[in-house]
Amino acid sequence: MTFTEIQKRAAAEWEKLQKSLRPRILVGAGTCGKAAGAGAVLKAIDEFLARQGVGATVIQVGCMGLCYAEPMIGVIKPGRPQVIYGSVQPETVGQLLSDYLMNDNPRPDLALGYIGDGKVDGIPNLFDLTVLKPQVRLVLRNCGLIDPENIDHYIANGGYSGLFKALSMSPEAIIEEIKKSGLRGRGGAGFPTGQKWEFCRRAPGTEKYIVCNADEGDPGAFMNRSLLEGDPHSVLEGMVIGAYAIGANHGYIYCRAEYPLALERLRLALKQMEEYGLIGDNILGSGFNFHIKIKEGAGAFVCGEETALLASIEGKRGMPRPRPPFPAISGLWGKPTNINNVETWANVALILQKGAEWYAQYGTERSKGTKTFALVGKVERTGLIEVPLGITLRQIIYDIGGGILKGKKFKAVQTGGPSGGCLPASLLDSPVDYESLTAAGSIMGSGGMIVADEDTCMVDLTRYFLTFTQAESCGKCPPCRVGTRQMLDILTRIVQGQGKSGDIEQLERIATTVKQGSLCGLGQTAPNPVLTTLRYFRDEYQAHIEEKRCPALVCKELITFYILPDKCQGCMICMRNCPVEAINGGRRLVHVIDQSKCIKCGTCLDICPTRFSAVVKVSGERIEVPSEPVPVQKAEGSAQD
Amino acid sequence: MVVDERAKVVTVTIDGRMVKVKDGCTVLEAARQAGIYVPTLCYHPSLSPYGACRLCIVEIENMRGFPTACTTPVTDGMVIRTDSAQLRELRKNIFELILAEHPKQCVTCAKNLRCELQEVASRIGVEEVTLPPIRKDLPVYRDSPFFDRDYNLCVLCGRCVRVCQEVRGVGAIAFVYRGSRALVGTAFDKTLQDSGCQFCGACVDICPTGALLDRESKWSGLPDKSVVTICPYCGVGCQLSLEVKAGRVVRSVPVYDESSVNKGQACVKGRFGIAEFVHHPERLSSPLMRKDGKLVETSWEAALGFVAEVLSRHKGDEFAFIASAKCTNEENYLAQKFTRAVMGTNNVDHCARL
Amino acid sequence: MTNSINEIGDASCVFVIGSSTSSGHPIVALEIKRAVRSGARLIVANPREFDLCDHADVWLRHIPGSDVALLMGMAKVIYDEGLADLAFVSEYCENFDAFKESLKKFELEFVEKVTGVPREAISQAARLYATCKPATIIYAMGITQHTHGTDNVLAVANLAMLTGNIGKPSSGVNPLRGQNNVQGACDMGALPNVYTGYQRVDNPEVRRKFEIAWRCDLSPNPGLTLSEMIDAAYNRRLKAAFVMGENPLLSDPDINHTREAFKRLEFLVVQDMFLTETAQLAHVVLPATSFAEKDGTFTNTERRVQLVRKAVEPIGNSRPDWWIICEIAKRMGAYGFDFSHPSEVMDEIARLTPSYGGINYERLENGGLQWPCPTTDHPGTPILHVGKFVRGLGLFMPLEYKPPAELPDKDYPFILTTGRSLFHYHTGTMTRRVRGLNAIDPEAEVEINPEDAAVLKIVHGEKVKVVSRRGEVVVKAKVTEKVPPRVVFMTFHFAESPVNILTNPAVDPVAKIPELKVSAVRIEKL
Repeated sequence: MTFTEIQKRAAAEWEKLQKSLRPRILVGAGTCGKAAGAGAVLKAIDEFLARQGVGATVIQVGCMGLCYAEPMIGVIKPGRPQVIYGSVQPETVGQLLSDYLMNDNPRPDLALGYIGDGKVDGIPNLFDLTVLKPQVRLVLRNCGLIDPENIDHYIANGGYSGLFKALSMSPEAIIEEIKKSGLRGRGGAGFPTGQKWEFCRRAPGTEKYIVCNADEGDPGAFMNRSLLEGDPHSVLEGMVIGAYAIGANHGYIYCRAEYPLALERLRLALKQMEEYGLIGDNILGSGFNFHIKIKEGAGAFVCGEETALLASIEGKRGMPRPRPPFPAISGLWGKPTNINNVETWANVALILQKGAEWYAQYGTERSKGTKTFALVGKVERTGLIEVPLGITLRQIIYDIGGGILKGKKFKAVQTGGPSGGCLPASLLDSPVDYESLTAAGSIMGSGGMIVADEDTCMVDLTRYFLTFTQAESCGKCPPCRVGTRQMLDILTRIVQGQGKSGDIEQLERIATTVKQGSLCGLGQTAPNPVLTTLRYFRDEYQAHIEEKRCPALVCKELITFYILPDKCQGCMICMRNCPVEAINGGRRLVHVIDQSKCIKCGTCLDICPTRFSAVVKVSGERIEVPSEPVPVQKAEGSAQD
Repeated sequence: MVVDERAKVVTVTIDGRMVKVKDGCTVLEAARQAGIYVPTLCYHPSLSPYGACRLCIVEIENMRGFPTACTTPVTDGMVIRTDSAQLRELRKNIFELILAEHPKQCVTCAKNLRCELQEVASRIGVEEVTLPPIRKDLPVYRDSPFFDRDYNLCVLCGRCVRVCQEVRGVGAIAFVYRGSRALVGTAFDKTLQDSGCQFCGACVDICPTGALLDRESKWSGLPDKSVVTICPYCGVGCQLSLEVKAGRVVRSVPVYDESSVNKGQACVKGRFGIAEFVHHPERLSSPLMRKDGKLVETSWEAALGFVAEVLSRHKGDEFAFIASAKCTNEENYLAQKFTRAVMGTNNVDHCARL
Repeated sequence: MTNSINEIGDASCVFVIGSSTSSGHPIVALEIKRAVRSGARLIVANPREFDLCDHADVWLRHIPGSDVALLMGMAKVIYDEGLADLAFVSEYCENFDAFKESLKKFELEFVEKVTGVPREAISQAARLYATCKPATIIYAMGITQHTHGTDNVLAVANLAMLTGNIGKPSSGVNPLRGQNNVQGACDMGALPNVYTGYQRVDNPEVRRKFEIAWRCDLSPNPGLTLSEMIDAAYNRRLKAAFVMGENPLLSDPDINHTREAFKRLEFLVVQDMFLTETAQLAHVVLPATSFAEKDGTFTNTERRVQLVRKAVEPIGNSRPDWWIICEIAKRMGAYGFDFSHPSEVMDEIARLTPSYGGINYERLENGGLQWPCPTTDHPGTPILHVGKFVRGLGLFMPLEYKPPAELPDKDYPFILTTGRSLFHYHTGTMTRRVRGLNAIDPEAEVEINPEDAAVLKIVHGEKVKVVSRRGEVVVKAKVTEKVPPRVVFMTFHFAESPVNILTNPAVDPVAKIPELKVSAVRIEKL
């Protein structure tokens, strides 16, 4: 089959589906959807259809990125736009379907929005929602909308036309196109992709490799997983184009084994490509040969570092090595190797499909295109988002994310995962691009974005990140291995109230040593949380060390729970619920917490009826309370004071 | 071995001095060639560049950050600084991190005065370690009959791991665990023998600290003298250094010498199988003569006289001399000369064929 | 060795045959692994598996004793496929036509049958060896310890000449000598037919030279070889023997016969460090020093003469072997044994031995010298046959396949082959006295394939009896796939289970080397 024939066939298939008289139900069944209960919803849908004898096509699709609204389904009735429903429950999905499919009530009360041409009364266009309006979905364009297990869906939506076009170009021209697009590595460092390819293409040697880095290891990051699950072909198309441009005949996808669905979809996609002659020998009759192997990583964070990743593919322990030589000169098995991140490869396909100029219209002068982020933490709407570079943090957090959870105050946003930095409110209006983030002391990273509110202790958060990087250090170089441990030990002491003067200076000294002295990116960036919090939240450190006070009231050793004698009504609820029996009291007696027994779990605070609000959590201050339970005085009166 | 005469020479500037070096050599090699000391721990000439200990960091014009001298190849015109205030500070801080993980009771360590860590410490000039020590509290492995493995003293330079893998082609040990638990060990904590160890001792010889030490000679301290000789096991002819203390061979170690056959390597027999047999209590210490069917001690004078007398009666082809492939050339020469010139027969042979 | 050990790492192809290099010569195995790491192709031909097999491109697991067929089969593939270096052959070699004629008998079908190696593997090995140059052949006692050991060596030489792999760096024919100074002992004329430097005793001119130097008359008749000495002692033709630093009671084939022979001697002097099995039969035992207590030289397998230096004083009342011989000779009124130091002996050797002519202790202080080194300004010879063969033209030898002297049959259905352990040396005189080595490798084992063990109902670790026509030993069974079916393997280090009670004393007609690598045995349960 020629590519034109393949395209025709795919288009016909897609057309048939669009024009089908059967309703279609799309279920967001990515790992995230499944975690939120999509499996049970699917089962309930199947049961409903069988029970009612309704003929409908159920398709499992990837994630649309609206994590806060999972599980999500989309319903398409013939000739109507798709209606998207969020937070669907297995118990109620039957009613929903029955209402819409059988009684033509689209249930605007449950719908998030519609997608496609036409209108549905009472339901907004999904992309007009504030969560989606600022987003530009290029890389994620297909996610949630096509069947990721059907290559025809991808092709019918323009897929592989980039490859088809590339094969008619010279490799140099492709590299030129990528350079013109301004695409920079989406794995974090932001190295210009076209330039990287050129190094590898020009490296001496006939045997070359390309690698797709799908070892997404940042806690709270899931951009790559969602993309691989929702649209695997977009990544694979980019890889074939890159291989052709670089002159590589073999490629590897290094994907963590914790992503079983992504791996399954990749394997299936490769099989489908093979059937269409899009991979293997003589791709689309061009004479170009390219083969891809999938290598499953065992979940070491450091294997996201390119030299460690290569070592791991070679069957060695995933440990980085110094560069030079760069992988472009001596990579896998000592051969020139080009490594790009999942998202970078997906961008490549798009650039070839639509042209460098089209692509370069998005983004800023030096940071072109879009970037996906996993927006998590204390925001109203968590999710996977895609925004043009240059957008401000405020737009991301407040418009897309809907602001801080429960109306609390924003404190910081951590970009770039555990290797990134914590940025304060004063930087909310700075643009998200490679240079600005670096200048602020953070990094773009692969796209993790964790929002902290006023209830987050920055010292404790920093300690959390250090716990991670310290455990994930490969142990090869002392700055990273010992330095992260030393910093972690100091931070642990500080949050435990054992901080002493000089700790901040010591932290700064070690952090600088680790940053400057470490072998690889892991070590060089591991101090970023320490350095940025010391830069922007130094007062919190000082409060912990000098006043033994945790301003966010998080650090257990520094907080105390008291029962205010003038508010306690002696209801005994807190006493009965205390897990360690640290509360003394009795009916109509003012309760007293035995501080030597208290484990600071906060149960008493949570459970004390709001009309009393007798329990308080304080740090750095002492409240005078009776040492023994005493009778409640003038109960009603004092409560009104 | 074959020196390529066409090897390109490049000029680099190190600490303001112009140095001509072989193209493709590392910055560290160039510095050493120029007689400039750059501290190292993980570097070893037998091993491929590794860049782990970070002590050999330098500044190179037009390169970001602090590249390691041991891994960075020179290029023509490169300008390198091995010593600046910032480098000194960073190096000291890095070394302090290494020391934080290393017990500092040097006087009770068997490697005292032979320790590379001490050497580096004195060159870097660390006055005090302000960081709290990190104790590992690991058990000492004694599963080899020849050496102990005390990873509490290990600085994770990886030299043992690499020599086992790269030079010996065995790979019995590797890094295990991650983070500050990272350690050298065997797969699944198997015994050395079960993980394929050949007990060549290359790891012991290459260890810069007291983590790996011969058990027998652990406490023998610095030798009185070392004598370079040839290993008596097999026909390869490895150079070994016999370390002598108080008139006894305490240890035999291969010497690193590019011109030698073994280039700093030995096998288990040469490394651990010499001192004990040389000083074995069963060594014959006096001539023996058979009296009433039993071998009894006698003097050299008596024994030699008796042998000379009896052999005088067996000259000619009724005598044979079995010489030895284990004795020296000179001794074999004398054996055949004795047989031919004194005993008058060509009946001389040895176990050449076994 | 025609070439040097440190050239091996730079070879493009390494062909190891009849050598368990990793245990017999561990440091050479490192060089081979270095070559493989640098991209060289490795061919291993060995019936028994050892660690180099894991690194090999081709492992030819041929039946013990079928080496000539294997090597000639490879030569035939090389010639038939036009991979021979005919320019080298015609310029530097002779007798090629006769050799070519003899190749005809080695059709691959026949070779496959005799060797048990699939013909594709033989062809693959031949092509690798012939096309990846320089290629080096490394062999050890697995080639020589056969009744057709000489033919094996010639077959190896044929292969090297056929491909022009001689006289160039990292090529050549490279036997690994078993004992530390076996090369030197041979160079020094501790052989019945030659003086130093392989100068023949039956050459009148040579003899005259030695007679003048030694001021005596010398016998023109070649003497007895070791196995002939043992037979002569057994037949009481030999009456007195002097054994220096050897333990033939453990190392020689057919121990029962050897012991009886030694017992029949009228006078036996043994000079050794320990009271060995042989010393226990002696009339006089003279305590010798170890290598650590004396000066001297050893010559290694690559012909490199190196200094042995005294590190400690002689233990107890022991004396260096050279001193003892001189003292006895002097007491017998002999001339020319008045040496005060081994360096003076070397000076005499240099005067009488052209290939050692330029060697003296002063030069050796600066590092070893590889002979031939005829003059004091000669740098030594790392590679032999450069530009031209030492004998003039390289002589191709037509060969035919001869089976081993003893083949398995109904009563003795297994082939017993012998070798070395990494952890012991020779008869264990030294290594068996090192506790650590004994802890790792404490006792003799007979390696037997699981298939055979299952038939015989033998379990791993069980004591079994190994029986040959010459005797029997009891030994622990090690059930392992390292040995192929119908082949069993033992080392010869252990006096408690001396394998040489079983081995066949049949010798190669030219080299007089016994066939230690093939004898027929049966295994019995106890």
